[in-house]
Amino acid sequence: CTDDLDTVPLDKDIQIEISSDEDFKQLMAKCYANLILGGQTGSDRDISRLDVNFSSYLRLLFNMQELTTDEAICAWNDGNLPDLHDMDWNAQNEFITAIYSRINLGVSYCNKLIQQISEQSKYSDYLLEARVLRALAYWHMLDLFGTAPFVTEADPVGSFFFPEQASSEELFTYIESELQAIENELPEPGTNQYGRADRGLAWMLLAKLYLNAEVYIGQEKYSECISYCNKFTGNSFYSLEPVYKNLFLADNHLRRNEIIFPICSDGKRTQGAGGMSFLIHAGIGGTMKGSDYGVSGGWGGNRTTKALVNKFSDPSGLTDNRASFYTDGQTLEIDDVFAFSQGYPVVKYFNITSAGDSGSDLEFVDTDFPLFRYADVLLMYAECVLRGGSGGDAATALIYVNQIRERAYGDASGNINLSELTLEWLLDERARELHWEGHRRTDLVRYGKLTGGDYLWPWKGNTKEGSSTNAKFNVFPIPSSDINSNPNLVQNEGY
Amino acid sequence: AQNVRMDVDFEDVSLSEVFREVRKLSGFNFLYNAEEINSKEHLSIEMKNATLEEVLEECIKGRGLKYNIQDSTIVLSTAPEQILRESDVQEKKILNGSVTDKDGFPLPGVSVVVKGTTRGVITDVDGNFNLDVKGDNIILLFSFVGMKTQEVSVGELSSLEIVLEQDNLGMEEVVVIGYGQIKKEDATGSVVALGEKDFNQGTTSSPQDLIMGKVAGVNLVSAGGQPGSDVRIRIRGGSSMSASNDPLIVIDGVPIDNRSISGMSNILSSINPSDIASFSVLKDASSTAIYGSRASNGVIIINTKKAKKGQKLSVDYGSRFSIGKVVKTFDLLNGDEFRDIINSRHASDSDVDKAIRNRLGSEDTNWQDEIYQNSFSQDHNLSIAASVKDIPVRASIGYTDQEGVLKTSEMKRTTYTFNMNPSLFDNHLKLNIGLKGMDIDNRFADPGAIGAAIRFDPTQPVRSSAPEFDQFGGYYTWMLNGTKNINGTNNPVSMLEQARDKSDVNRIIGDFKLDYKVHGLPELSINMVTGIDYTKSEGKDIVDDKAAFASNDNSELIRTYNHDLKNELFDFYLNYNKEFKNIDSRIDAMAGYEWQHFKSESDQTVMRRNVTDPSFSADETENYLVSFFGRLNYTFKEKYLLTLTVRRDGSSRFHKDERWGTFPSLAFAWKIKNENFLKNSNLVSSLNMRLGYGVTGQQSISSNDYPYMGTYTKSDEFRQYQFGSEFVYTLRPNGYDEALKWEETTTYNFGLDYGFFNNRVYGSLDVYFKETEDLINTIPVPTGTNFTDLLTTNVGALENRGVEFSINTLLVAKENFSWDLGFNITYNENEITKLTNYDDPNYRGVETGGISGVGVGNNIQIHSVGHALNTFSVYKQNYDQAGKPIEGDYVDLNNDGEINTSDRYFGGSPDPEVFMGISSSINYKNWDFSFNGRASFGNDVYNNNALGARYQEMVVNDYLTNLPSSIKHTQFENAQQFSDFFVEDGSFFKMDNISLGYSFKKLKMFKGDVDLRLYSSIQNVFTITGYDGLDPEITDGIDNNVYPRPRTFLFGVNMKF
Repeated sequence: CTDDLDTVPLDKDIQIEISSDEDFKQLMAKCYANLILGGQTGSDRDISRLDVNFSSYLRLLFNMQELTTDEAICAWNDGNLPDLHDMDWNAQNEFITAIYSRINLGVSYCNKLIQQISEQSKYSDYLLEARVLRALAYWHMLDLFGTAPFVTEADPVGSFFFPEQASSEELFTYIESELQAIENELPEPGTNQYGRADRGLAWMLLAKLYLNAEVYIGQEKYSECISYCNKFTGNSFYSLEPVYKNLFLADNHLRRNEIIFPICSDGKRTQGAGGMSFLIHAGIGGTMKGSDYGVSGGWGGNRTTKALVNKFSDPSGLTDNRASFYTDGQTLEIDDVFAFSQGYPVVKYFNITSAGDSGSDLEFVDTDFPLFRYADVLLMYAECVLRGGSGGDAATALIYVNQIRERAYGDASGNINLSELTLEWLLDERARELHWEGHRRTDLVRYGKLTGGDYLWPWKGNTKEGSSTNAKFNVFPIPSSDINSNPNLVQNEGY
Repeated sequence: AQNVRMDVDFEDVSLSEVFREVRKLSGFNFLYNAEEINSKEHLSIEMKNATLEEVLEECIKGRGLKYNIQDSTIVLSTAPEQILRESDVQEKKILNGSVTDKDGFPLPGVSVVVKGTTRGVITDVDGNFNLDVKGDNIILLFSFVGMKTQEVSVGELSSLEIVLEQDNLGMEEVVVIGYGQIKKEDATGSVVALGEKDFNQGTTSSPQDLIMGKVAGVNLVSAGGQPGSDVRIRIRGGSSMSASNDPLIVIDGVPIDNRSISGMSNILSSINPSDIASFSVLKDASSTAIYGSRASNGVIIINTKKAKKGQKLSVDYGSRFSIGKVVKTFDLLNGDEFRDIINSRHASDSDVDKAIRNRLGSEDTNWQDEIYQNSFSQDHNLSIAASVKDIPVRASIGYTDQEGVLKTSEMKRTTYTFNMNPSLFDNHLKLNIGLKGMDIDNRFADPGAIGAAIRFDPTQPVRSSAPEFDQFGGYYTWMLNGTKNINGTNNPVSMLEQARDKSDVNRIIGDFKLDYKVHGLPELSINMVTGIDYTKSEGKDIVDDKAAFASNDNSELIRTYNHDLKNELFDFYLNYNKEFKNIDSRIDAMAGYEWQHFKSESDQTVMRRNVTDPSFSADETENYLVSFFGRLNYTFKEKYLLTLTVRRDGSSRFHKDERWGTFPSLAFAWKIKNENFLKNSNLVSSLNMRLGYGVTGQQSISSNDYPYMGTYTKSDEFRQYQFGSEFVYTLRPNGYDEALKWEETTTYNFGLDYGFFNNRVYGSLDVYFKETEDLINTIPVPTGTNFTDLLTTNVGALENRGVEFSINTLLVAKENFSWDLGFNITYNENEITKLTNYDDPNYRGVETGGISGVGVGNNIQIHSVGHALNTFSVYKQNYDQAGKPIEGDYVDLNNDGEINTSDRYFGGSPDPEVFMGISSSINYKNWDFSFNGRASFGNDVYNNNALGARYQEMVVNDYLTNLPSSIKHTQFENAQQFSDFFVEDGSFFKMDNISLGYSFKKLKMFKGDVDLRLYSSIQNVFTITGYDGLDPEITDGIDNNVYPRPRTFLFGVNMKF
């Protein structure tokens, strides 16, 4: 009876191959879902080392990009989470390890899809989207780690081999060439199904790549950035959503004019406590009422520091409506990192629609995450012009910036003039406009302010008023677990 | 003589009076020197339906007499050498005979030797022997370990029926091993056999309690005091890291699946302890290798009771009643202390402090008292054994109703067994049909209530009539802004009373065995075993829809589940047993084939609050194991024994190319006692040396039956992704390793079995070394090469080294007073020697051991090279001069000026370095007294419960949290979860059981004689430990929400008809 040993899975949710149209679509859906969900069920995990909800791409991205900066601080004691804001993390940090794994898992999912469909032209649109999502993943690697183990669809999966390490330059070149190769094949902005990538995502990734090229590869590519910003401003699909708040509500899928690429969440069908549900619940605590935000209650975790609050001349939100801090029962100063009542909660995302209705579920939210927004394009344009890029001009930059200011103030009272439009002002304006949207760490690095002592914020360097930190923290370390598994990898300097 | 049975009843009479009566009853004549006989002291004797031999044995016991039956004459003499002979015939004659125990059960393997010569034979499997003798004055010596050696003068007889009497010294004569049985003294491997008389007395409903602390090298830890609670069995440490470390359990020849079953926590709880006849614990590879790929962690063979051929009807009835009490509860702040601390720490006029103070209530609730109860339990069992038309039949039924000390938890169990073992064709064909059934009704109490009771504010009431709590059924609930505070601690009493988590588990283990001794070739026997182990579990967990702890959207309200587990077995093996007298050799060879199929089907339906459609999920999985195996035992000169085994296993869990594994073993034993220099020693009664080597495997590597296969998993309906207006299920490629293969453990064992003073002192010493290679580890996979971050694969190595020693002594052996004492001690050292594909000094290892109460993802243990499994990884706490731990102040162990993960050191392991067991029983007249206890040294415990002692916890998130009283000493503000302050030495001595009984022999009841025993016992009598928590005995070393083990007071009665 040795033939009995040839078994195949009996579970109908387990497949051993993919063949149907539906299978291919579902595999692509996984490439997208990887951006927010932690597993295939409420407890199943894609990443074994961290809880299904903690290991959400979006949640980890928030932790990396926001908790490490002046914009966010968390009251929780989860493992080495406090090290992120303290800026004293090391290569064993489980959250850093998890985002590293999560991003590269995204690469692997995309590689798998590309492998499976390379022979089948009828899925060519999936192929393009898998390539742009892979470029997004590699860009996150470049931005967070400055390097990546490099694998493509040409590499085997399911066997032990040691991927080569791609340098920043190699990653930069690869991302750039991939995106340029497909940008004109991707659907025109707004023409793909909502949630799926279109040309806008490729443009935005290229723009971000060029904006930060000096950090990534030591070369100025501000003109290239401007040229991609111009693709947006020259495309009639994109415009600023008239009401800033609408961008962060349960029905923000209606704001495609401004949200270039969303990460989708749904209270009934895309449930996870790691994605947007985390972002909303974790920022509620103290005397805040969950029902005011369309959720059952708060988890009492994330607040902000006075550094962000003080960037608003009027933090009440009465003049600049982007300032929305909860102050009742809260202190501005933070003596105790672990006390939610210290530091102001940021009231930005709501599981409530623009019509005032609660989302479909009070635990899991409907609100999508605006990974890239058109307002960011306008600010990038301005910054590149100020940094000497060609293809744009300061007058246009001022117009763009004042469009954003007028939306924030409701009128022209917050407008600035050309002399006020400086790089420093722009950095602050980016915080005012884009805080808690996952850009802050990248911006501070580009301005040389993340590490060192030029710019301090509460509890930077693990002291109350903030202290200088080592420049090595401009990138995260390659997790020691991967250094150990792959002898081709060289650790980032200083770790 | 066997056929004659009689009733005798004498009070203080002379021997000759007895003999006169016996002559009348039996028709046998007596020949004796009357003067000699009557000089012996008088006796009292009362026996029912006894054989002639039994009566005679009783008569001569302790009187320095021997008897000898010749035809119909019984010859009694004082001098054993003195032979009464009737003729002087000098011819060769053939003697045959049979040897049985006093119950008439055949004894195989008894050595029959002509006294003064080296000529002799061993009885066969049916206890029969044939022997050529010459001359007269022949005296035969019948010897067998565990039995009193008997000398019988042959005289004119050509056929003998010998009854050997038990030696009362606890040496089990026959040891059950894999696919067969052997004489204990012929064991070449490390095997410990425990029979009924070795079991711990007065224990509860779980089989593991019978042998707890009895076997060196075996560490049993129950998961807690919950009825039917799981038990963790470790034999010689764990030889695996991420794969299962559970031993293989074989019940009546059926290896059972040790996968857990939903709705039942302990796979052993399906057997009623009163049905168990013996345990055999196979510890080293030479004894376990015959089980090949499942044997790395040892094998436990459990055989249930069977009736014996010729057995008269016997009925056993037992009842037990017990009360369980919680021994100790956590020392927490009481209501007033709590109010004082809150009021003084939050005394300001700020809104925040005012709000905190306003949350205080006026009660003084001891939440722990509210969740615990005294538990009442009862247990009844009835068994009937008889030989019906020469077919031995045994049937039993048992009922247990055990309450837990945590309110609402309860287990009701009904067990039934039936066994029939007829022998046909002149004992050539033996059949066994066995059936064991069980029906367990469990009600589980949420152990989370234990943690909640530690945390819940003592100033609040359990229930409140305030209208805001009506929606929650009147249970006090933390509120925030008019609605339930979703972060607030759940009311522990409501967690118990507003949930009904019940399961109904039915299990049947059936076996059919056939053993055919080939006609014309009696050395060869053909064995066939078919078995089935089928479990059906149904559960329903209903939460009161008013329950505050389930008031959120999506909270589970009703969960129903089914789990069917089926394990089918087919075995076929040949046994060849032959003696080659010319070369003084004996061989016992066996070869066979085995097929096993394990299948699991489960489904679950969940109804959630505010969700219309129930969600349904199902799982179905199976695996097969196909094996070929063989064993050769070779015995030379009754002194040198060699055992060779080999097993070749194929598992469906591996890829075609990696599927088959070969597991050989080799063992040598030297029966030193049989050497001339010891043969006549009065001091040394037995001495065997054993050397063993073997390779075993492990294939129970994960819960996944297809870990080598590249598969895709579809998401459930709640994990879809939005494409435009449609939502799409997702399909995930799963991580896999095509090259995954067996984990292999090589074991070396050196053992010594000794017996002194006619085995009044006996025991074993074993030294072992086990190395696991191709260790299954879940390791970080080179990123980018697989669909997972951690992959289960073969990498790494692990070692276990240890010494085991056991000693059993019969301190006193008098007619009315006997006292025995057993002690065993085990030293085991476990060390990981390799974890990754190549060496990296900076690699610390695989984190494990999640702790709770401080957010998610905090691991306190690590598997690290050079250290034991699950070693604690902690910071070294600094203390002030008063001995108070200084918050956040740790030793900078690597002197780099900062405290980070690199400063965590290896701070002890949860597994004991040394553990021991002690047991003793005393019989005085009709009284019996016994106790058994255990000690464990070097097991460290992380006191997770004490971690809650921090002020920050008191007021976080708009509700109040009580603290352990240790806060008064530590004064911690924030969580210090990685401090070694919380790692404590959990060494302990536990008196597990003390039992006292009184027996009434042959009471006239129910128109017959009844043996009655009344007994009372206390379990979990006391614990001596320096550990600050409740109980240092923690399976994984992390003390958190452990269901307390109650102290149980038990009263029981046994009746034997």
